[in-house]
Amino acid sequence: MKLLEHEGKDLLKARGIPVPPNGGVITSTRQLDKALRRAGRAPWVLKAQVLAGGRGKAGGIKLAKTAKEARTLAKAMIGMDLTTHQTHGRSIKVKELLIEGGVQIVRELYFSVVMDRKNSCPTIIASAQGGMEIESLAAEHPESIIRMPVDPTAGLRDFAARRLAFALNVEATQIAEFCRVAKALVGTFIELDCSMLEINPLILTPKGAMALDAKIITDDNALYRQPALAKVRDHEASALETEAKAADISYVGLDGNIGCMVNGAGLAMGTMDTIALAGGSPANFLDVGGGADEERVTHALKLILKDKKVKVILINIFGGIVKCDMIALGVVNALKKIKLKIPLVVRLQGTNVDAGKEILAKSGIPIIQAGDLWTAAQKAVSTAQTAGN
Amino acid sequence: MAIILDKDSKLVVQGFTGSQGTFHAAQCIAYGTQIVAGVTPGRGGQVHLDRPVFNTVHDAVRNTGAFVSLIFVPAPYAADAIMEAVDAGCSTVICITEGIPVMDMAKVMRYVAQQERSGRELTLIGPNCPGVITPGQCKAGIMPGYIHRPGKIGVVSRSGTLTYEAVDQLTKQGFGQSTVVGIGGDPIAGSQFTDILAKFEEDDETEAVVMIGEIGGSAEEDAARFFKEKMSKPVFGFIAGKAAPEGRRMGHAGAIVEGGSGTHASKLKAMREAGITIIDNLSEIGETVAKARRPLAA
Repeated sequence: MKLLEHEGKDLLKARGIPVPPNGGVITSTRQLDKALRRAGRAPWVLKAQVLAGGRGKAGGIKLAKTAKEARTLAKAMIGMDLTTHQTHGRSIKVKELLIEGGVQIVRELYFSVVMDRKNSCPTIIASAQGGMEIESLAAEHPESIIRMPVDPTAGLRDFAARRLAFALNVEATQIAEFCRVAKALVGTFIELDCSMLEINPLILTPKGAMALDAKIITDDNALYRQPALAKVRDHEASALETEAKAADISYVGLDGNIGCMVNGAGLAMGTMDTIALAGGSPANFLDVGGGADEERVTHALKLILKDKKVKVILINIFGGIVKCDMIALGVVNALKKIKLKIPLVVRLQGTNVDAGKEILAKSGIPIIQAGDLWTAAQKAVSTAQTAGN
Repeated sequence: MAIILDKDSKLVVQGFTGSQGTFHAAQCIAYGTQIVAGVTPGRGGQVHLDRPVFNTVHDAVRNTGAFVSLIFVPAPYAADAIMEAVDAGCSTVICITEGIPVMDMAKVMRYVAQQERSGRELTLIGPNCPGVITPGQCKAGIMPGYIHRPGKIGVVSRSGTLTYEAVDQLTKQGFGQSTVVGIGGDPIAGSQFTDILAKFEEDDETEAVVMIGEIGGSAEEDAARFFKEKMSKPVFGFIAGKAAPEGRRMGHAGAIVEGGSGTHASKLKAMREAGITIIDNLSEIGETVAKARRPLAA
């Protein structure tokens, strides 16, 4: 789950990591004056609260020297469509602004902790060249990037923090405070079960180190033990995705018109790929799970049908432990409750496949059956094209 | 002789008396797997599925000689269960459990690395995987046994049902499998493709390998490099997730393209350039292997 900047900074502040004076988050200019007062004296920084990086260049971060200027900027920024290099060509509507007091910057550093999959441990990535995107840093100043693996059972040890400070040319008088902040950042990463924690820039002020930005991604698997994250909403999930999650169904909405229901994440991806290969476009990723029963099948069908783009549904089940006849019964019973107005293509394979096919055939429901995935995908694509015309 | 498991493998099941453990252990036993013990803390002394239940893995190992552990323990306790199995002396640990916090696995891998530095040889498979099967000899996992046939194709995969799909196609084309290994869909896995490919390369009974990857991470790119430098046996590769959007997790915790890395294109490119036969259409895995292997078999 990705956290917004202000959510991330609240967590950091609670863990003793300095952040700029916080005026709060506003959703309309009416709240601006109070926010400016809370943030202290001018200048102020107005920051669009969206999940994409590269906000500064795209106009999502502005400096205001007077209250009047802040008002003009806030008015323009709330409701603006922000397109950054990380939004994949789409724009994101800005609904919230974080208002902060300006701070004195002596130096800007890049500091992040990521989970290194290859080496199976958290790894610090840091650079004395702060403020740049890590991708540009890697391309333009690869020599400036420091990588340091961290023992997840111990956190960042004192000597390792000192090594980092020296490598980043932190001034002697600032080293103790830098080390404290670096250790706290790594501690936050480990204790909050993060998969990424990026502070860009981590600034050195006359008084010490401060997180000027915060990009945090947390591990969904660990949410059960993170009370601090319990109230944070998954901003990326659509209403349908949130509903699916509550029903323990893995669902991701896509742009196409072929609704998919599959058992298993890998096969669900493979099904999307097969549809694309056959010239069609999947409307979703949906893994109905290993224990798919009638209730789940019904729920999954309802979810798919809520997406009005869907012109045809493709069910692809490889019965392993899950038996095909159980799935077939689930589909038939679900369709007694749901009036299906669009075509349904079903491919069953695996355990009890013949019994499953017979149940579908005898049900009287107009189901297009296919013996293998390729045929099923082709049938779904041609049906979707017919329905689309 | 196959890899990881054979007919002489003696298994202990952790989370033995839970619903998942009970159901799947019974299936494994029916397949012919030597499950010699189960562990459920607090249930020591009981008998379940005609097997003795112990409170600790140490007790199970000492009393039955089990040296492979199969884990069905719920996610919050699974990482500890893996370390318990290793501490008790198991040399192979297969963890089926899905949803283990990634930080827990980072700690497990640290522990495993320490044990390996002291000279032990350990194989950890999973988590979030279907397990391992050596057809006709030993099934340790949740895969449907009947779709497999003993044979000479090794299969290694990050996904469960996608593996079944591949195995089913191979079997229908008349190609049995030496061993089928699910390494799992999590960001941190006990074994990577390279570990399993190395075992298949050394195995006399494996003649070719089918490798099923997916988007996210760089395990497939590493496998491509390994194949080029160290392997003599042919490898056939399929990568799932070509149609997946960037930045979204596709069910598996590890199946996500982040910051432009772990893309379908980069994996395919690396594998193709290394000389791995790429299969674009999921439905043609069996057919592709058959076309390439049949003239050799004849």
